[in-house]
Amino acid sequence: MTLSQQTYGELKEIAARYPEARSGLLPMLHLVQSSEGRVTPEGIEACAEILGISAADVSGVATFYTMYKRRPVGDYHVGVCTNTLCAVMGGDLIFERLKYHLGVGNDETTDDGKITLEHVECNAACDYAPVMMVNWEFMDNMDPDSAVRVVEDLRAGTEVRSTRGPRVVTWREAERVLAGFPDDLADEGPAAGPASLVGLGIARERGWTAPGLDTSSPSGSDYSTTENPAGRIETKEDAVAEADTSRAETETIQEEGK
Amino acid sequence: MADTLTPVLTDNWADDRAWTLAAYEARGGYSALDKALGMDPAAVIEEVKESGLRGRGGAGFPTGMKWGFIPQDNPKPKYLVVNADESEPGTCKDIPLMMASPHTLVEGVIISSYAIRANTAFIYIRGEVLHVVRRVQRAVQEAYLAGHLGKNIHGSGFDLDVIVHAGAGAYICGEETALLEGLEGRRGQPRLRPPFPAVAGLYSSPTVINNVESIASVPSIIEHGHAWFTSMGTEKSKGYGIFSLSGHVQKPGQYEAPLGITLRTLIDLAGGMREGHELKFWTPGGSSTPILTAEHLDVPLDFEGVGAAGSMLGTRALQIFDDTTCVVRAVLRWTEFYKHESCGKCTPCREGTWWLVQVLAGLEKGAGAESDLDLLLDQCDNIMGRSFCALADGAVSPISSSIKYFRDEYVAHLTHGGCPFDHAASTVFAPAGATA
Repeated sequence: MTLSQQTYGELKEIAARYPEARSGLLPMLHLVQSSEGRVTPEGIEACAEILGISAADVSGVATFYTMYKRRPVGDYHVGVCTNTLCAVMGGDLIFERLKYHLGVGNDETTDDGKITLEHVECNAACDYAPVMMVNWEFMDNMDPDSAVRVVEDLRAGTEVRSTRGPRVVTWREAERVLAGFPDDLADEGPAAGPASLVGLGIARERGWTAPGLDTSSPSGSDYSTTENPAGRIETKEDAVAEADTSRAETETIQEEGK
Repeated sequence: MADTLTPVLTDNWADDRAWTLAAYEARGGYSALDKALGMDPAAVIEEVKESGLRGRGGAGFPTGMKWGFIPQDNPKPKYLVVNADESEPGTCKDIPLMMASPHTLVEGVIISSYAIRANTAFIYIRGEVLHVVRRVQRAVQEAYLAGHLGKNIHGSGFDLDVIVHAGAGAYICGEETALLEGLEGRRGQPRLRPPFPAVAGLYSSPTVINNVESIASVPSIIEHGHAWFTSMGTEKSKGYGIFSLSGHVQKPGQYEAPLGITLRTLIDLAGGMREGHELKFWTPGGSSTPILTAEHLDVPLDFEGVGAAGSMLGTRALQIFDDTTCVVRAVLRWTEFYKHESCGKCTPCREGTWWLVQVLAGLEKGAGAESDLDLLLDQCDNIMGRSFCALADGAVSPISSSIKYFRDEYVAHLTHGGCPFDHAASTVFAPAGATA
């Protein structure tokens, strides 16, 4: 099935955002998924045509990135983090329980087309482990029972809210936001979850601040006259000595030698 | 001596609707931008150099020096690219920063672009964090409407456009040249260097790629001055940084402190380890940094201190595991991750990570022989340093360091005929009193 004129127009709109059109390909493929429910051959052709590259080039990109799906995805993509930390904290058991409960394997969709289950890699929320993502919204501090409740609510059409975000939209709606077409939900949800604020809370409690940022002190400290601090990095050689990895060293030496 | 914790980037995270322009400006946000625009761009670079700020994305390269590498006599456009592809296992600081205070990043982007004389900047955010993408999209939109972005910013004559770009799932795109490939609409495979991005980066133009936290630190440095920044931290690791504690501590979370704080202090602030359990091993800066143990509790968490202890500060991603955790299981899982995320460009990484998983999986199941440990180390030796990028180097870190500290535990899997640990005891929902 060919893409709608509207989608085709929006694909061109994405390409036009960038100094060089091909830079739009990743968001364009997100839009194809939003419109078609997966990366379709027609979507690949359309991207290729707009960007003036081959369909093979587009396919090569579409198959490289894990968020692009060649098979239809359910209304809700449920990702369970099973990278080491989340796995140890309970992610493995959550994933096992959901597979059993939903009767699907990894990267499979339930018969009703509602849920696609996948184990995902670290999603940068380790302080909320074990973590589950629903359409790439955070569901923090899960356990097998709460995970089952979430998928049951999703299947029943009951509103599900991210623990650090808005009500969960459908996978296709989410993909549209990733394509760069905002959905106006930015103001929903908190600024930060509890774990994000732990250190700040302790600092407040004990009156700890960065120097001069203590609002209770009248003028703060004046650091403007301080001498150059010891250990300042003056030269490229210093930087090499400082750099944390032998790789940085090799690179800098290579650069100097080029 | 600075306080134990020094909230700067995290300071406004608890504010009401902290992500909005109104909340950010109510705290004096975007005043550093005015100050920077009143300076010569070269002076902004100099200020950041003087601060000693070192890249917060893992490698610790001096940020101001990176900016200084941009050849200003090159007639091509210059670009700033923010690496917001936070994916290193254990690392979880940039995501909450962008969710709570995206304007801190946007202000940093404008100042940094001004310094390197870029008129177009990109924020490359991993695609798997929808609400963070929304918040950054909104912040950029608000900044345009307020005149902080666009033409003639604050009447300075400086123009800047910012493009928010969502990735599509690829750990490797956290590597800066792979990120550029992704941003050019290609498979995210690292480039051979030289040329370096500073000379030929995005569209073969001079490009600076910096981590979110590095860029977000810039407004505070401009506002308070380099001497303020250097009054925190240690001799060669200046300033503050966000330390992310996860795993078996009572209060996992984000702790912003001067570089040089110790894990002992951090665990103490976090209320200690889980009741009835002890620290067994931890990563100082994500899974690519060699693991450390309880003997390293007093290592200063700065670039030099962690380096001297045989690991790397990395992204200050402190994943903390207690005595219920099987180190072989942990390392196998990380290795499976590297195998999955290897982009396939370099043979030692593409094939090597596959072989590492084979051998480790056998050991974890209690199959194989003790000589497999030497085989593993030999494989590591054949992988380390032999690829275009550091992914493969990261892949061998957990293996070689875990064999160094926990060789007996590998052997125990062989004598026990499988894993001797009860994995349920490691979970957060383990029944009280569960033991390994």
